[in-house]
Amino acid sequence: MAQITYIEAHGQSTTVDLPEGWNLMQGAIANGIEGILGECGGSCACATCHCYVDESRLPDLAAPSQTELDMLEHVAAERRPNSRLACQLKATVRLDGLVLHLPATQE
Amino acid sequence: MIPPSLLASSLIESSPGLQADASSDPGVLIVGAGQAGVQTAEALRSGGYSGPITLLGEEPHAPYHRPPLSKAWLCGELQAAQLLMRAPEALARKGIALRLGVCVQAIDRAQRRLHLADGSALPYAALVLATGASPRTLALPGAPAAPAAQQAAGVLSLRGLDDASALAASLADCQRRAQPLLVIGGGFIGLEVAASARKLGLEVTVLEAAPRLLGRVLAPALSDWFAELHRRHGVQVRLGAQLAALETGPDGQVLGARLADGSFCPGAAVLVGIGVQANDALAQAAGLECERGIVVDACGRSSDAHICAAGDCTARRLPDGTLLRLESVHNATEQAKSVAAAILGQERPFTATPWFWSEQYDKKLQMAGLSAGADQWALRGAMDDGAFSLYHFRGQRLLAVDSVNATREHLQARKLLDAGVSPTPAQAADPAFDLGILLPSG
Repeated sequence: MAQITYIEAHGQSTTVDLPEGWNLMQGAIANGIEGILGECGGSCACATCHCYVDESRLPDLAAPSQTELDMLEHVAAERRPNSRLACQLKATVRLDGLVLHLPATQE
Repeated sequence: MIPPSLLASSLIESSPGLQADASSDPGVLIVGAGQAGVQTAEALRSGGYSGPITLLGEEPHAPYHRPPLSKAWLCGELQAAQLLMRAPEALARKGIALRLGVCVQAIDRAQRRLHLADGSALPYAALVLATGASPRTLALPGAPAAPAAQQAAGVLSLRGLDDASALAASLADCQRRAQPLLVIGGGFIGLEVAASARKLGLEVTVLEAAPRLLGRVLAPALSDWFAELHRRHGVQVRLGAQLAALETGPDGQVLGARLADGSFCPGAAVLVGIGVQANDALAQAAGLECERGIVVDACGRSSDAHICAAGDCTARRLPDGTLLRLESVHNATEQAKSVAAAILGQERPFTATPWFWSEQYDKKLQMAGLSAGADQWALRGAMDDGAFSLYHFRGQRLLAVDSVNATREHLQARKLLDAGVSPTPAQAADPAFDLGILLPSG
């Protein structure tokens, strides 16, 4: 279980408890959080689940795969050093308390 | 010239500001709550449409993602809630009414009404058909295109969540009893299921009638590469396999397939993955132009000014008059956006480069463009390394690029194709040549 906070571009903040193994795109969709689309269903193929990770927590995340790094070059909003694809981040206890900021656009 | 809005009756009369009187504006009805349907509804809202939007889903499930069904879902790695595409409450917040388990029986174009199986009727100002596609059935003894009850037990297809759940249960059964899976059809669905079944430890045979796998979409070199990939993972791949019959036991359970050459391939479960056909029966019955799909223009408009269609159910008329059928997430989302724009009276033709993907084992195949008609090819990278791209050319013009575990090249290919820029085959084949410099700056 990991408690994750999603902050949408217009400021709406939602904190949810995600079961172990769920990815953070699934967690956003299942909880009705807007600002994440996940068009490809979590296959790391569409870059529409872009999020900005709280910088201080970056070391707690598994490093992005080459595919994710390549897809991140294709995101609609500005890519930043703390940009990740939510479908590639799996909920674990290490991520407990993580805050994600969602961009204004995904496509 | 501003094209006429499909909503002429509601939008224009209720202007300014789209402040339609909800009691008089029947709004937009969308038949189908999959990728294309949901995307159309959301694009209408984000495009400023304020009238009623109703999504009618035939399945009892809230909108969900289909791509994982042949992969992680079959391997038991996902719960149903993880497949969700949109939470119903998120749709409700946008004023999108979601009605599930609804069977539409007929379109009354003259009255602009849908007739439902429960006897009720729903009026519309604009109708969107996003009815998807259905798996083709085998025309063979043992697997007739007949009611499910008459089919041999254990013969399955895969399209929706219920299909996938039945297949997963069948695979688990095979796993428990150490029985093999037989896959009929070496297309994407068949091969993805084969890969998932191998992950579960099942013995798997894939039968393909054509001389190569994925023959409809891949160049021969890549077909061979995929056959080798599956063989290396322990799949029996039989090409040019002509089916004679499915054989069943006295209990009606399928036992396997008899081939025309007399040989027998056992399968305690049989997945039939021989393509899909567009769900255009509703449109056909209403007299809309259909040809292996609901014929639409580049903006998703059908032959009826008040009806659009998007996604797998469509056949898109190209500028040269030919029809293009695409079955993909990207096509569904793009057409949906075009349809929403058309309903709002805007032109947003679908001109983007189509793209597709598949995942089998640890390989991600990403395709950009359409390779039909290619007459020369350039390979970038080495197939033996498991990460490469195949560039398809017709003459000197780049048509398509198929990438395996090479996402960067796939994305670059989409940009090249969108911009209409072709590298030479020699440039494409030279990994030291930066194809990015060919792109228009900015």
